[in-house]
Amino acid sequence: MGQDRTSGASEIMRQMMELLSGEPSELYPVCRDILATYPSMGSLWRLANTAFLEEDAEAAFQSLPEADARVIRQGRQVLTEEAVVLTYSRSSTVKEILAGNPEMVSRVLCGEGRPHGEGRRLARELSRAGIHVTLTTDAGLLEEIPEADLVLVGADAVPGVIGYAPIHLIPAAERAKAPDMSKAVIDIGATDKDGAEKLVSQGDYVSFRGEWAVLDEEGLRTVVAKALDDRAGCAVLAELLCDDYAVDLYGVFTTQEEVGLRGARVAAQRIAPDVAIVLEGTICDDLPKPPEDDISPVTRMGAGPAITFMDRSVIADHRLVNLLLRVADENRIPHQFKSAVAGGTDAGAIHLTGTGVPSVTVAVPARYIHAPISMLSLNDFDHAVHLVRAALHALEGGLPS
Amino acid sequence: MKEMIQRLVEAYGPSGNEAGIAAVIQEMVRPCVDDLRTDALGNVIAFKRGTGGGVPVMVAAHMDEIGVIVTWVDERGFLRFAPTGGVSPVTLMGGRVRFANGTLGVIGWERWMRPDAGTHRPELDEMFIDVGATSKEDCPVGIGDAAGFVRPFEDLGNRLVAKSMDDRIACAVSIQALKEIEDTPNDLYVVFTVQEEVGTRGALTAAYGIEPAVGIAVDVTMTGDTPKARPMAVSLGEGPAIKVMDSGMLAHAGVVRWMAATADAAGIAYQREVLLGGSTDARAIQTSRAGVPAGCISIPCRYVHTPSEMVDYRDVLGAVTLLAALLRGPVTL
Repeated sequence: MGQDRTSGASEIMRQMMELLSGEPSELYPVCRDILATYPSMGSLWRLANTAFLEEDAEAAFQSLPEADARVIRQGRQVLTEEAVVLTYSRSSTVKEILAGNPEMVSRVLCGEGRPHGEGRRLARELSRAGIHVTLTTDAGLLEEIPEADLVLVGADAVPGVIGYAPIHLIPAAERAKAPDMSKAVIDIGATDKDGAEKLVSQGDYVSFRGEWAVLDEEGLRTVVAKALDDRAGCAVLAELLCDDYAVDLYGVFTTQEEVGLRGARVAAQRIAPDVAIVLEGTICDDLPKPPEDDISPVTRMGAGPAITFMDRSVIADHRLVNLLLRVADENRIPHQFKSAVAGGTDAGAIHLTGTGVPSVTVAVPARYIHAPISMLSLNDFDHAVHLVRAALHALEGGLPS
Repeated sequence: MKEMIQRLVEAYGPSGNEAGIAAVIQEMVRPCVDDLRTDALGNVIAFKRGTGGGVPVMVAAHMDEIGVIVTWVDERGFLRFAPTGGVSPVTLMGGRVRFANGTLGVIGWERWMRPDAGTHRPELDEMFIDVGATSKEDCPVGIGDAAGFVRPFEDLGNRLVAKSMDDRIACAVSIQALKEIEDTPNDLYVVFTVQEEVGTRGALTAAYGIEPAVGIAVDVTMTGDTPKARPMAVSLGEGPAIKVMDSGMLAHAGVVRWMAATADAAGIAYQREVLLGGSTDARAIQTSRAGVPAGCISIPCRYVHTPSEMVDYRDVLGAVTLLAALLRGPVTL
């Protein structure tokens, strides 16, 4: 097994399962050797944990291939006839999805996957299955992106937990204080520096793992997920791009907003737009307050998309604010103001590019943003799409004076 | 010129809501310029064509003023607000504000009557605006409406007092200088900028569009001549100040030399200024595109960012003479 550098995690996992039978004392060296060989394959760690911790490890093992099969079935559903599929490296799950349905694939674009060349192996395998494959260098793959209808990649991840001293060990005087980030750690289950460095490196990025869940099917249709600031805005934009407009619409999914509006700045410089509408997931602080406290929550969930008149980065263009208010009234779309001068958005960068760009921000209210899990109302989301779509249509005649 | 100053300082125009003051300025400068336009952010750009052989020069005087913006109307019609620009709560108690639609409001804060008032520093979010409404429904203004401060212009002889001397006094200086220039080799772009008080935003986009060879901001600066002032070598009545440095910009050394030599040649008394807190539109012009040599003529001003900003009329006249002499050119850096 140790010689195999091109198989994906699913295949290695199947081989590992065959090796994992018998007493725990015999399992341990096997697991240790395999994990040392493939430290970054998160699913192998899960398998090892299952072998040691599950009462009925046999049954749990049985369910794992079934989970993989479900992923493959799901993957096949997203294939459409004549699809040009872009992939990278070699995931056996992706291979199964594609090779099992060659008639639904017109072409596969694949990067070779240096240094081990997993992508070259995938290209050979798919060719044998009768699929037309274009193999490129890894860097060259970027050039092929515009050709692709669909991107399918396998995913491994190293799981971790954010650890902090248990409450028993925190002095009473400090318990009421907010935890100090410098005392928190990410625990990936390694026991020493070498073990940790096999899994991750300095400079590796870490994201939160908030599972998507629907909390309320009716009512406000609330959902929780990580990163609703600003994947909510991304989703609104994706919906808007499905429509046709009289105006030229540049939908930009920007990078590096959270570290200083950097992606938007260069995108706006290149596009030189006449008008900018920034889509956001914004602060929603409508939690219960003392009843006599009649001061503003920034936004309220369920009250519709929030229009920003001013935040720390921009004073919204009055013509655009008025346009949004007008189309909201005409189409009876619930809406609210973001009623605090707080936070900043890509509009802060865009409105100052070139000779200036009239800009406004429309946001889906999201509770608990900048935390590992956030919550929004799909009603607010739908109304945001509706509002901005109507505003884009209303811009047909140009910006009203 | 005092009548013009009074009209400018009393006009409405908090940051982002400059349409009112823009109309006043456009009316004043129209007779003495070749072109007048407004850009995407609302900057008023007055253009006077040069006779040739000069360079494009940008002058920036910001026409916005500090103010407040409504963030919430409560059930009883009281307004909560946020500042537009550097507004200190200690300047607000009992103050009056006016909205674009003419609505007048009083700023309320109850804590000064409480026993702990002596040790409690007021916070903006404890304050509210009372426009005489009794409910959310009968309140004549709403979320997102901005207000400027209300305080009449007063002529104390040499000293002039008003709200928004920052930076309407510089608008007056720039307009007067334009009136006094017959011919110049330079193409002059005199820009009455928006949104200076929230981060020199208007000057940034104006400078990008104009691409000047040199930029001059005209703004107020603080002084060190009040009873317990932080030491600062600028006083009222000693002439306009030539900025060497502030907390956002090191003035271009060539521009500083050009300004000082021009003042010396014209016999204008001036002061050299190093300002430790604050900056001006010159900062934005300086870093626009590939960089622009920039400097600033400052009018010394006491009590900046309070509703009673005080300047000396002789400094104002000196600033007009200096700016006009500079713009007549030639520009020698």
